Amino acid sequence: MPVSREDVLHVAALARLEVAPEQVESFQRELGAILEHFQKLNELDTSNVEPTSHALALVNVFREDVPQPSLTQEEALANAPQKAFGHFRVPKVID
Amino acid sequence: MNNANFTAAALVPQILEGSVRATDVLDTVFATIREQEPRVHAFLQVTEDLARSQAEQVDRKIAEGKPVGPLAGIPIGIKDNLCVRGGRTTCASRILEPFVAPYDATVISRLRAADAVFVGKTNLDEFAMGSSTENSGFGATRNPIDLERVPGGSSGGSAAAIAAGMCVLALGSDTGGSIRQPASFCGIVGLKPTYSRVSRFGLVAFASSLDQIGPMAHTVRDAAMLLNVIAGADANDSTCSPDPVPNYVEGLEDGVRGLRLGVPREYFGEGLAPDIKSGLEKVIHRMEREGAELVDISLPHAPYAIGTYYLIATSEASANLARYDGVKYGFRAKDVKNLGEMYRRTRSEGFGPEVKRRILLGTYALSSGYYDQFYVKAQKVRTLISQDFESAFAKVDAILTPTTPDTAFKLGEKTSDPLQMYLVDIYTVSANLAGIPGISVPAGRDRSGLPFGMQVLGPKFGEPVVLRVARAVEMLRPGEAS
Repeated sequence: MPVSREDVLHVAALARLEVAPEQVESFQRELGAILEHFQKLNELDTSNVEPTSHALALVNVFREDVPQPSLTQEEALANAPQKAFGHFRVPKVID
Repeated sequence: MNNANFTAAALVPQILEGSVRATDVLDTVFATIREQEPRVHAFLQVTEDLARSQAEQVDRKIAEGKPVGPLAGIPIGIKDNLCVRGGRTTCASRILEPFVAPYDATVISRLRAADAVFVGKTNLDEFAMGSSTENSGFGATRNPIDLERVPGGSSGGSAAAIAAGMCVLALGSDTGGSIRQPASFCGIVGLKPTYSRVSRFGLVAFASSLDQIGPMAHTVRDAAMLLNVIAGADANDSTCSPDPVPNYVEGLEDGVRGLRLGVPREYFGEGLAPDIKSGLEKVIHRMEREGAELVDISLPHAPYAIGTYYLIATSEASANLARYDGVKYGFRAKDVKNLGEMYRRTRSEGFGPEVKRRILLGTYALSSGYYDQFYVKAQKVRTLISQDFESAFAKVDAILTPTTPDTAFKLGEKTSDPLQMYLVDIYTVSANLAGIPGISVPAGRDRSGLPFGMQVLGPKFGEPVVLRVARAVEMLRPGEAS
């Protein structure tokens, strides 16, 4: 299944990934080959089949709304690449 | 290498009675690590100080006559996608290289309570995406049986560490075969439990509807002992089953007499290496002589499993891995001008090629215009694959299949063709799609002396029968004869 240059760049933008110009072609080729193989699923008529999203019969699990111990602010920030005043610090969002 | 006595089942009673000290066992393990690890590279981190303090604590408790847990003093390797509080958890990815886990995974708290000894964090394919452990961001692991070959993956570090005698037990995770396939390649036992049997709290998510943590060991009994410790309900994982946990060691030796064992013809056809086919057929016939009833069955949607699996797994992965944005933890790209650039450069510099490929594939399958054609279609075929197993388990108690189409391949052999690498998982992915338990147990060696496993599949929560059949295979010692 052919995957165009635009497809790769569009999907990469959606996924917040940069694809170097010299990599676009190999991603086109690899994704195309994989998707081609996946076309095999179209041999099956699934018009009357319900999709499965999970192997479990999902039910909501509730507990009493009682506060429980959790990470301290210090622990929650311990892995932050940058922090300031007890918050995560990021570059400017609006120019 | 003879590890017959280096098992939890043999060591725990000796440690309890005081004839062997936990620190002695650990000394043996570290002597082996110093010798083997430079060649094998099974570990991303060896936690010698932690292990030593845990082993000393076990020896102290025993000397003082205090009670100890069921895995007292047993050295265990932990796949590095499981959080151990205060230690680095990298998922073999540059993007998580600086990450220090602020809490223990539930399986880790249970292992602490069981008095196990944490030897180190084992290598994996980055974010568990791969079948050879070559996709690690920190160097490949080699198969201790033949250093030119891969140990399988993604739990290749855990499998290699056990096979080389660098730990007694290990934890792996299995999304499409990542416990069973490396177990087969390294000649050990690996069990993927029923989806929801083991809490996933503290396991770094890859594909949440498929991921499951499970035991890896030298023997079926050791795998059962480890499952006893890690299985069971968890308030921190609402998808974890509240069903009671049986004692998985009980009934192990009951044999296969009277069991109906299904042999699916789709799993023994084209693509299976001849040595594996003939080796497994021999084992299957011996099961019949032991009193099992063999039933010829069909799992007609088996040929669609790989496509279904990779569409669902990559779709879920593309959503799960959206969290790696450089904001709260992990790697952040340097010298970025704005937030958008920080996201893009952090992810592009932090993720390796296979992870990017899968994110792109999953994003594609979920994107507008392709969602129904790929993702929803795969979910529907997932239903058909699950129904195949439901009809089969109406007729049989367990199913016997190969674990892998071939024995361990050479490093670099499949890295240039991602689709060929995906097809290695052809016999294992269905169990994850259907949520059923599966084990790989050593079942022979090919003409080059490389081990291969038999996969035993059971119905949901059928771990007791799966373990019992695997134990019967192990009793034949098929890996040692001929």
